[in-house]
Amino acid sequence: MMKVGLDIGSTTIKCVVLDEKDQLVHSSYQRHYSHILESAQELLRTLAKEKVPGGKASLAISGSAGMGLANSCQVPFVQKVFATRVAVNRLEPDTDCVIELGGEDAKILFLTNGTEVRMNGSCAGGTGAFIDQMATLLKMEADEMNQAAAKATKTYTIASRCGVFAKSDIQPLINQGALASDIAASIYKAVVNQTIAGLAQGRPIKGKVLYLGGPLTFSSVLRQSFDQALHLEGRCPENSLLFVAMGAAFYSDQEEDLEDVARRLEQYRATATYASQPPLFASKEEYEEFHARHLKASVPCVPFSADCGPVHIGIDSGSTTLKVVCIDQDQNILFTSYQPNLGSPIKLLREVLIQILENHPGIQIASVTTTGYGEELAKNAFHCDYSLVETVAHFTAARHFMPQVDFIIDIGGQDMKCFKIEDGAISNIFLNEACSSGCGSFLQTFAQALGYDVKEFASLGLFADSPVDLGSRCTVFMNSSVKQAQKDGASIENISAGLSISVVKNALYKVIRASSPEELGRNIVVQGGTFYNEAVLRAFEKEMGVEVIRPDIAGLMGAYGAALYGRKKAAPGQVSSMLNLEQLKSFTQKVANVQCQSCGNHCQRTSTTFSDGSRFFSGNRCDRPVTGKAEDDTLNLYQYKRDLLAGYKPVPGKRGSIGIPLCLNMYELLPFWHTLFTRLGFAVHTSPFSTRGLYLAGQATIPSDTACFPAKLAHGHINALAQMRLDAIFYPCLSYNLDEGLGDNHYNCPVVAYYPEVIAGNCPELSGTKFIYDYLGIHRPKDFVKTLTRVLQREFPDKGISQKEVQAAADAAYAEYQHHMDQIRARGREIIDQARKEGKRIIVLAGRPYHVDPEVNHGIDGLILRHGAAVVTEDSVSCMVEKFPTTVLNQWTYHSRLYAAAKYCTTQPDMDLVQLVSFGCGVDAITTDETRAILQAGGKLYTQLKIDEISNLGAVNIRLRSLFAALDERAGQE
Amino acid sequence: MEMKYPKFTQEMKKTHTILIPNMAVTQFRLIQYALEWAGYKVEVLGNCGSQVAQMGLKYVHNDTCYPALLVIGQFLDALNSGKYDLDHTALLITQTGGGCRASNYIHLLRKALVKAGYPQIPVASLNFSGLEKDSGFQLTMPLLRRTLAGIFYGDLLVALRNQTKPYENNPGQTQAMVDKWVEILGADLKERGQFSAKAMKARFPQIAADFASIPVTRVPKVKVGIVGEIYVKYSPLGNNDLEKFLESEDCEVNLPGLMGFVEYCAFNMSEDIRLYGGNPLKKWVPDLLLKYLDGIEKSMGEAMRRYGFHAPARFKELTQLPKGIIGIGNKMGEGWLLTAEMIELVESGYENNVCAPPFGCLPNHICGKGMVNKIRALHPTANITPIDYDPSATRVNQENRIKLMLAVARERLTTPVQPQPVDFMETPKVEHSFANAL
Repeated sequence: MMKVGLDIGSTTIKCVVLDEKDQLVHSSYQRHYSHILESAQELLRTLAKEKVPGGKASLAISGSAGMGLANSCQVPFVQKVFATRVAVNRLEPDTDCVIELGGEDAKILFLTNGTEVRMNGSCAGGTGAFIDQMATLLKMEADEMNQAAAKATKTYTIASRCGVFAKSDIQPLINQGALASDIAASIYKAVVNQTIAGLAQGRPIKGKVLYLGGPLTFSSVLRQSFDQALHLEGRCPENSLLFVAMGAAFYSDQEEDLEDVARRLEQYRATATYASQPPLFASKEEYEEFHARHLKASVPCVPFSADCGPVHIGIDSGSTTLKVVCIDQDQNILFTSYQPNLGSPIKLLREVLIQILENHPGIQIASVTTTGYGEELAKNAFHCDYSLVETVAHFTAARHFMPQVDFIIDIGGQDMKCFKIEDGAISNIFLNEACSSGCGSFLQTFAQALGYDVKEFASLGLFADSPVDLGSRCTVFMNSSVKQAQKDGASIENISAGLSISVVKNALYKVIRASSPEELGRNIVVQGGTFYNEAVLRAFEKEMGVEVIRPDIAGLMGAYGAALYGRKKAAPGQVSSMLNLEQLKSFTQKVANVQCQSCGNHCQRTSTTFSDGSRFFSGNRCDRPVTGKAEDDTLNLYQYKRDLLAGYKPVPGKRGSIGIPLCLNMYELLPFWHTLFTRLGFAVHTSPFSTRGLYLAGQATIPSDTACFPAKLAHGHINALAQMRLDAIFYPCLSYNLDEGLGDNHYNCPVVAYYPEVIAGNCPELSGTKFIYDYLGIHRPKDFVKTLTRVLQREFPDKGISQKEVQAAADAAYAEYQHHMDQIRARGREIIDQARKEGKRIIVLAGRPYHVDPEVNHGIDGLILRHGAAVVTEDSVSCMVEKFPTTVLNQWTYHSRLYAAAKYCTTQPDMDLVQLVSFGCGVDAITTDETRAILQAGGKLYTQLKIDEISNLGAVNIRLRSLFAALDERAGQE
Repeated sequence: MEMKYPKFTQEMKKTHTILIPNMAVTQFRLIQYALEWAGYKVEVLGNCGSQVAQMGLKYVHNDTCYPALLVIGQFLDALNSGKYDLDHTALLITQTGGGCRASNYIHLLRKALVKAGYPQIPVASLNFSGLEKDSGFQLTMPLLRRTLAGIFYGDLLVALRNQTKPYENNPGQTQAMVDKWVEILGADLKERGQFSAKAMKARFPQIAADFASIPVTRVPKVKVGIVGEIYVKYSPLGNNDLEKFLESEDCEVNLPGLMGFVEYCAFNMSEDIRLYGGNPLKKWVPDLLLKYLDGIEKSMGEAMRRYGFHAPARFKELTQLPKGIIGIGNKMGEGWLLTAEMIELVESGYENNVCAPPFGCLPNHICGKGMVNKIRALHPTANITPIDYDPSATRVNQENRIKLMLAVARERLTTPVQPQPVDFMETPKVEHSFANAL
């Protein structure tokens, strides 16, 4: 009997036919463009007709999209990793380890020394799909990307955890003009890092390694990257794409009539159900009315003419598109351009500007204003007059359409921006956090994956009868929801509508977190290219139950706002400083990527040299490469804290050496423990401040990839300490923190409290080193001394440590801790006084003690300083208020400080709070709402910066600039 | 920011219906009888479906844990249903008072009620930690004892059911037996006042004997233990009906009892004093309670064994299991208990475990996923799969992972091999070493 195995994956169907001797006689590999059922039926019928004599063979189905399908037609289903294993055991019997990357999953299969299978968690972004998505971003086909990567000369650091994060790392690289070949190689490297860090989890990959699945088969560079990282030479065997299908065939033992199976699938199709929601339009008439209503919001367009007077150009250099608008003195539009920047916005902008100048020789340009992601680069390159933060540009444009606007939502290609407007100023800004971005471009990528043009794809959804309910989470999750819906027989129309509705739900419930339309205001302007999509527009109106304004230039609002701004700003008779036609024509730029050597940050900088010899730097965290001077940190309490911590150096002692990892709560308690152990005669060594390299060195031992980044960094610190060969490493478990009297209890969060347990259980480098991680209670000094004495006598029985000594050391430690905190608070006061003298704003950059870590905060403290404000910490002002009631259970010491600091800010007119939130911090899901409520009740703006591994400060900068712009506007009104 | 919220007053006991979110189905059915005995009108919510999670997403911070989204979503969905007289409805939610964010659920619920337009609905807290002392809902001694009895009986019925149902000759017979006993025991608690330790000890063998009388054919089946965050572990709404799914895959399921968690909470109070110091008298009450519970547990175990069932380890034994793996001071969320349960399951033949935390659950980074390597090093046969649950994790993905675990388990069932210890303590080679990082 012949055997047939089907592997139905998220994007492809693979099929093998084996003869009686298990020899491969036929195979096929095809994309199903999510017509899973149809493709499977067709395939089965073809097999029955042409490949399998008699139409009967033993059959089994595998693959992520195959499960429900197999069940429905009563064909045996084989889990795909299991199928891989069956095939590998048969075809490559001496294999030790298999690395298989599929469309949406990554797997490592350990075969020898204890079979074990690792699959990526629900958070780690897909791999094949991820590479596809990145290739789209680079405007390349998958094979082109591989060819490009082969020519790379260097690689960049790209966040390896989640596709969405990686994307936000890559986009700025593209915009800064980094070479596509280098980016391509960096993407492969990121995939390798992600696979190893996320899946190996401390287990070594060695011996004979097999590479399977599409990406590894098609990309030689990816294979090389794996080889390099693993220090071995893996092999991509023959038929590497078909292992799952072959495993299924080997496994099959049930004879089926293939025609009959195809028929059974038909019935499945009829009975399939999925969660759906009401259609977008009940009738054609309803659509016509809707369509007509939105046609009304338009800007008059007039043609260029000799007497159109001075004109103003607005340029919005976005992350994926370049928008240019030219208006006359009466705000009429003369010219617009909306084009994808194809990764090189400057080149494109030059062409557009030349086109304007050539076509209209007599043009009098009064002002040119840039805004958006690439505003600085564009302004510097072409000597434009003004630059404007994009939030303000959008607000300016929206106000033109609706003077009383109180809410603006802009969904662009990469980002989503919403602002609430009160009293004519932006009072609240919501930007999508790294995890829910991808809105517009997600629709696009999806459309392409399904073989459609985005416009065509979106319009498919307009009249869908029962749109799929896809929820409102990260786009990576949405991929699998779509997969499920496809499996359940949802049509393309219904999936399209479902995706449009998801984009809206994401905006409303993830970014804005609104619960009712009233909360947003009644006068809403929606904009951004994504709202050209009528399905998204309709979904938004339906979800919110309110009719909104969508200007006909929805995608050009930033540029239009910039032009309006220039028009307002330009003096009568002004002539723009922009390059003239000749200069534009001879304009060139040279892009060089260098690693800055000015300080320990070693930023990857992109330096762009223009034809007139001027240079523009991007990617740098500080102004040093520009000004040549070190930064002035007088008004930076974060830096002061780091300086204080750096002052704790090892003092040689009689009892040997002990190491303390500078992570999590050690950022606050180092003075305490350092003093304690120094007094006891130990030389206390600390791990260095975190760096990217330190993180990577420890990342392979992280067991939970969804823990917060500060916790994951602990692995790197332990790794660093382990290499110092110290007598012991000390990192205690602390359920409780010191009680500062601000809350109802004084817990640490579960991660801070118990992370030492994870270290003890997962860091192999600790073997051979004494690791002390007892449960200690520093909140009860007397008992603490007794317990610690017991612990130390147990660990160092021959060192003769007495309770009296420990008592004296502990007294000194408590005193030192107090002194440390007093110093911070005193310095905080000085900074506040100094800032007031200089008339500067004061920003309370509120987080946890470990947010002082430069690798955790990515230099946000310095960024705020460069905006001309002073930076203080939450713990320097939290002591200024008495305990007060909160609407949540106030039970963590660090978090009590947040509430107190927010409260204090409401009493100080020149002080505002910016909250740093680490991605994955469960506790901050509670604190952020409360902090926001406290600030808003006191009439203050709330700004939250969500941070992770990701090191791109672009979005952070927009948010900060918007904050300062809003504060300025508020101040101007008073 | 102080919030004025309606309190659950003494008078409301007569006038209000108290809604309870569903978690451990069988145990909660019995607790309902205990509450009814005390004069409360209660209803355990049964509403489910995607709109429950949607309501949660709409009114609670989306990064909050999944159980909070579901519990609050379930309440709001029920209030929206029009089934209840909104002026005479109250809600009951549990509160552990530990360092996990779960202690904040009640506050999130109150915030959500205001946002959703139900500011008048009072919320009562069910806790053993003395939080919300001014509430009209109080766990009095007689009510506490009945509640505990309900949990014991519930745990027993679940364990017996799980060990019988996969093997029953007449489908449906085991579930009918459970239903029968819930009714009898409910009457014990509500009408007959039969809830003392003595009464329970008399009931246990009767129940076990009754289950043992069900005709079964015992063939080797894959045995799977479920551990995890307390809500997701038990609630079919939270774990996409995990128990049912495993049953449909022809497995025997072991769902460790709810009493363990109650004992764990009590134990932590006294362990806190042992670890960090404090008034030793404060240990007296929890220690006494634990002793009382241990006596009952012991006889429950004996009854199970007498009739040929596997009895779970007593709590006392559980406290010993984590030695050398995790400290029993790890007390936030499910803490050391979760690790202990995994070890207990692995050691008693349930080598295959689904560890079910909500996505991003903080304590689980440590006591769940953080301990898997260590457990595997000591018990090479442990086959543990952590599965994250959240509003958008799709069932197909979760089931795929579980199926993979089951595939390995089935293979072992047919060809039991003793795998080599896993050499995870070896440093993996990653291209960045610390030296070149500097």
